[in-house]
Amino acid sequence: MASTSRFTFFVKAAQALCLAVAVYFSLGASNATQRFNNLSHRLMCQCGCNQLLGECDHVGCPSRGPEMAELRADIASGLSDKEILASFSQKYGLTVLAAPPTHGFNLVAWVAPIAVFAAALLGTMLLVRQWSVGKTQLATQPPDPHMDALREKIRRETGSGDDGGS
Amino acid sequence: MASFGSFALLIALALAAYNLLAGAVALRLIATGHPAPISPERLADTARRAGIAVFVAVTAAAFALVYAAFTNDFSITYILEHSNRALPTPYKFAALWSGQEGSLLFWAWLLAAYGFVLRLTHQKDVKLYAYAGTILAGIQLFFLAVVNFAATPFSLLRGAVPADGNGLNPLLQYPEMVIHPPMLYLGYVGFSIPFAFALGALMMRYPGEKWIKITRGWTMVAWLFLTCGIFLGMHWAYAVLGWGGYWGWDPVENASFMPWLTGTAFLHSVMMQERKGMMKSWNVWLIFSTFLLSILGTLLTRAGLVSSVHAFAKSPIGDWFVTFLLIVLAVCIFTYILQRDHLKSEQRVESLVSRESSFLFNNLVLLIACALIVWGTLFPILSEYVQGTKVTVGPPYYDSFAIPIGLFLLFLTGVGPLLPWRSTSMRSIRRNFILPSIALWGTAIVCLIAGVRPWHDGKFDIGKFYALVAFSLAAAVLTAIFSEYIRGANVIARQTGRNIFSSMVLLVRRNTRRYGGYFVHIGIVIVIVGLAGSAFNRNQEAELSVGSTFAIGPYNLHCVGFTQDSNDNYDSNYAVLDVYRAGHKLFEMTPEKRVYHVSGQPETRVAIHSFPGWDLYVVFEGTNPTTGNPIIKAFLNPLVSWIWAGVLLVVIGTFIALMPSISPSTAALRIPAQQPASDEPALKGGD
Repeated sequence: MASTSRFTFFVKAAQALCLAVAVYFSLGASNATQRFNNLSHRLMCQCGCNQLLGECDHVGCPSRGPEMAELRADIASGLSDKEILASFSQKYGLTVLAAPPTHGFNLVAWVAPIAVFAAALLGTMLLVRQWSVGKTQLATQPPDPHMDALREKIRRETGSGDDGGS
Repeated sequence: MASFGSFALLIALALAAYNLLAGAVALRLIATGHPAPISPERLADTARRAGIAVFVAVTAAAFALVYAAFTNDFSITYILEHSNRALPTPYKFAALWSGQEGSLLFWAWLLAAYGFVLRLTHQKDVKLYAYAGTILAGIQLFFLAVVNFAATPFSLLRGAVPADGNGLNPLLQYPEMVIHPPMLYLGYVGFSIPFAFALGALMMRYPGEKWIKITRGWTMVAWLFLTCGIFLGMHWAYAVLGWGGYWGWDPVENASFMPWLTGTAFLHSVMMQERKGMMKSWNVWLIFSTFLLSILGTLLTRAGLVSSVHAFAKSPIGDWFVTFLLIVLAVCIFTYILQRDHLKSEQRVESLVSRESSFLFNNLVLLIACALIVWGTLFPILSEYVQGTKVTVGPPYYDSFAIPIGLFLLFLTGVGPLLPWRSTSMRSIRRNFILPSIALWGTAIVCLIAGVRPWHDGKFDIGKFYALVAFSLAAAVLTAIFSEYIRGANVIARQTGRNIFSSMVLLVRRNTRRYGGYFVHIGIVIVIVGLAGSAFNRNQEAELSVGSTFAIGPYNLHCVGFTQDSNDNYDSNYAVLDVYRAGHKLFEMTPEKRVYHVSGQPETRVAIHSFPGWDLYVVFEGTNPTTGNPIIKAFLNPLVSWIWAGVLLVVIGTFIALMPSISPSTAALRIPAQQPASDEPALKGGD
C-alpha cells in the first residue's frame, strides 16, 4: 500500500515538473509572418492544382500571386483570421477553404468523426465490461451434478484420475 | 499486335467465365452430393486449369501492349496517348500502367498471376483452394469484362496515324514511378486473395482455424506490397512535386491508405482468433472491408468522382465499379447471414486492461481512422449533393483528427505488448510500465529543454505540441519494446549459456512472428518520429542572381550560375548552388526544371541532401521572366530520412514475420554440449 502511494507521488511530481518546465519555456509574441503562414495553409490555391495556397509551387501560377497579395493586405488591414477566411470564401466560393466551415450542413463533416469515435469507444468499453461481468456470473453458478458425473466418467475412461494432469 | 491483344483478352474472358461457372457447379455438386454425369472433382480440376490458362492469356495481352509501346505502334490509341519515340525504355514499360485502360489490364494481369500461384499450390487444401479459386475467378471475370468492353486498351485510332505519340505524363517520368504503381497494385490486388479465402471458408463452413493461417500469410504479403507502394508514392511526391511535403491527403493517397488501415487491423485481430477463437465475425468483416475498400478506392479515383492531382479523367467505368461493389457487398452480407452461427466466439474479453482489449482498441482506432478518411474523401460529393456547392476537405481537416488518432495508436503500440492475456494486476502494470514511463517523461523534459516547445511566440502551437507528445511516446514505446526483447533474450541466455547477442538472434528465430512484429512496430515508431519532424519545417524563397547568397537554417546557398541542357525527350534548366556552413563549402546542389518536348509540360527535379537530422531540399521554381534570374525555394525539413529508415525496418520486420519459426526443440539441439541444462522454464511463445 505504501509503495503504491509512493509510486503515485512520484508520477504526480514528474507531471508537475514537466508542466513547470513547459510554462518556463513558453514566452514570446505572435507576428504577421506567422499568421500569413498559418492562413496560407488554410486556403487553397485556385489555379486548379489542388494544393494549399502556401504550398503551390507553380511559377507563373495565375492565382497564387493575387491570393497571396490579398492575404497580406487583409492581415495588414487588421482583419481577424475569421474575417479573412470569410472574405476569401465570399470572393472565391467555399472551395477556397482547405477545410469545411464549421456552420450549416458542413458542421456535419466535423461532428460526425467525433460522434463516431465517442460512440465506438463507449460501445467497446461497455461491451468489454458486460463480457467481464457475464464471465464472473458464469463462474459463480452452482455446480451441475450431471456435468460432474460426466467429468468423472471422462476421467475414468481416459485414465486422468488424481495425477494432477490437465 | 492490337488484334492479338484483343483476342487474348477475349480468350481470357471466356476462360474466366468457365472457371467461375464450372467451379461453382462442381462445388455445389460436392456440397449437395447430387449425382452428376461428370465427377465434380474432375469438373473442379478443369475449372482450376482454366484459371491457370487465364494467366497465360492475360500475360499475352499485357505483352502485346508493352510490345506495342516498344515498337511505337501509335495506331493503338492508348500507346499514342501514353508513349512517344524518345521515351526512355523503362518508361515505355511503365506506359502499361500509366493510363486508365492499361492500368486495368495490369490489374487483371496481377490478379491472374496471384490466381496462378494460388491454383498451383492447391494441394495444401484442395477444397478450400477450389472455393477461393472460384471466387477469384468471379473477380477476374469482372476486370476482364471491363478491359474487354468498357476500357479497351487495344482500341485502334481512326484516321491517319501520327508520326509520334503524346508521351508519358512528365510527372510519371521518374525512376520510382516504374516501381511504385506495381507495388501499390500488388497490394490492392493482393487483398483479393484473403478475401477469396475468407468468403470461401465461410461458404463451406470451414472447420477449424487453418484457413485463417493461410489468409494471414497472403494478407501479410499484400500488406507489405501496399506499405511499400504507399511509401514509394510518398517519396515520389516528395522528390517530384516540389512542395516540400510527402503526404497531402489527396483522394488517391487516401484510397491507398484505407485498405492499409483495415488490413493492419486484421493482422492484429487475427491473433485473437488464432489464440483464443475470438473475433471471428470481426475478422471476416475486416477482410471483406479491406477488399471492398480496394474497389471503392479504385472507383473514386478512376471514375473521376473526386478531384485529385493524380486521378484519372471522368470515365464511364464508374458504373461498372459501383455495380461490382454492390454485388460483392450483397454476396458478403448474404453469406454472412447464412453462415453467421459458424462464427461464434469461443471466448470473450475478460478485462479492460488485457492484451485482448488492447487488440480490440487497436482495431477500433484503426477502423475509426479508416472511417474518418472515407468520410473526408466522400464529403465533397455529399456536400455537393445536399447543398449544391462543393467544399474542399484538405490537410487541415484530416490533420485535426488523424494526428490525435495516430498518437493514440502509438500509445497502444507501446502498451499492448506489455499487457498479459486475459487480465492483469497492478503489480505487473507497475513492473512493465515503470521504464517506459521514465523514458516518456525524461524525453518530454529533454525535448522542452532542447527547444521542442508547444508554445511559439506566446501562442499555443498545436503542431509542436503533437510533435512533443510524439517524441515522448516514441521513446516510451521503444523502451517498452527493447526492454521486452532484452528480457526475453536474457531468459534464453540463461537457458542456453549463449551470449546476449546470440540469444537475441535465437529469440527472434524461435518466434519470428512476434519479434518480426516488434521490428515492424519499431519501424512505425521511427516513421512517426519522422512525420512529427514536419512541425519544424522551414522554408525560404528567393530570386537569385549569379553570385548572390541566401540563408536557410545553418546553411548559406550561393548561386554559382545556371545552365541548360537538352535531349530528345526534354529541355532542362539547372541552377548550380554551392552550399556553405560556417564559411566552409560542403557540397553542390543542382535543382532542375524540365520542359518536355511532346507535351510542353514542365516538371520539377528537386535537389535533396539528406542528413540524419534534416533534409536540405532545394527547388528550382523557374526563371523570373523580367529579370531572367532563377527563383529558388529552399526547405529545411527535419527528420524526413527517419521516415524512409522506418519503412526499411517495417519491410525487414514483415519478412522476419513471414519466415517460419524454429521450434524450441530444434533450438535446444543447437545448445552447446558442455552447457548444463537450465532449470528456468522455457520461454513462452505467443504473440
